[in-house]
Amino acid sequence: MATILVHVMPKPEILDPQGKAVGAALPRLGFEGISQVRQGKRFEITVDGEVTDEVLANVRTAAETLLSNPVIEDVVQVKVVREGGCGCGGHGHGKAEKDLLA
Amino acid sequence: MTARIGVVTFPGTLDDRDASRAVRLAGAEAVELFHADADLKDVDAVVLPGGFSYGDYLRAGAIARFAPIMEKVVDAANGGMPVLGICNGFQVLTEVHLLPGSMIKNEHLHFICRDQTLRVENAETSWTTEYQDGEEIVIPLKNQDGQYVADDYTLDQLEAEGRVAFRYVGWNPNGSRRDIAGITNERGNVVGLMPHPEHAVEAGFGPDSREAGRMGTDGLAFFTSAIKGLLATA
Repeated sequence: MATILVHVMPKPEILDPQGKAVGAALPRLGFEGISQVRQGKRFEITVDGEVTDEVLANVRTAAETLLSNPVIEDVVQVKVVREGGCGCGGHGHGKAEKDLLA
Repeated sequence: MTARIGVVTFPGTLDDRDASRAVRLAGAEAVELFHADADLKDVDAVVLPGGFSYGDYLRAGAIARFAPIMEKVVDAANGGMPVLGICNGFQVLTEVHLLPGSMIKNEHLHFICRDQTLRVENAETSWTTEYQDGEEIVIPLKNQDGQYVADDYTLDQLEAEGRVAFRYVGWNPNGSRRDIAGITNERGNVVGLMPHPEHAVEAGFGPDSREAGRMGTDGLAFFTSAIKGLLATA
């Protein structure tokens, strides 16, 4: 088993009302120095067996057809986390992580 | 001949009953269509009603567009059949690429429910022939993801080709680009809009009109337009 992470973000030129609202709320809570927030989506997709090129291509197609709408969103990252990885990408316990920027 | 107009029900659709009622009040037979059936039951036109198909999960209309019925709707629309998408139905039409652009959350994030004035910008589509160009109508608007967006090239193209079918008048309720409330395809048979004509078809249950409260029936001509066109070509 392996997990593939797909990150989808609103296109830079598209207004992001949710991100804007979060960005406006942060200073009210005392979080200073934050100039902008943009809110996207993270999908954790678990697949059986090896992550072959074919499996990855399938997930990438899914990301571009269902998980994102190319009119308003970009698939900014498709990332494989081998078994045991948590997907955080930050502290090295994912056995083998591959960044596959779309 | 009585025109047969299909009304599609997805899981989470809310306004299918009202849309069917509008079809009947306009003088056609309303035919129930189900998302899971790849069968249009020989209808002459299709309405994709409002609501929250699949809970608006992922994006409004994103999952509904892959329903079996939609493959048939796309084929029929490409063949010239009149198709009307209202609110969530409009979102489905953009997701399935029958209409350009997309809807995102209202600029102010609030759910809006009000009687909305629109200007009919194109009275030559399958769903607007019973209106006059420039006519102002009042029908209900109720949505959270109603902000119409598209890139400038697409917007310019829509304007140049007269494909902006409806524009908000007085107040833009959701931040839609260029005050766009509804659009049509090149052929004029597919129309999508965020406000709800099917909720303004019967005196006593519509928006407030100049004459009296709840007497507005400005939405009825959507359906009579389609029926008239169907009977003319029958």
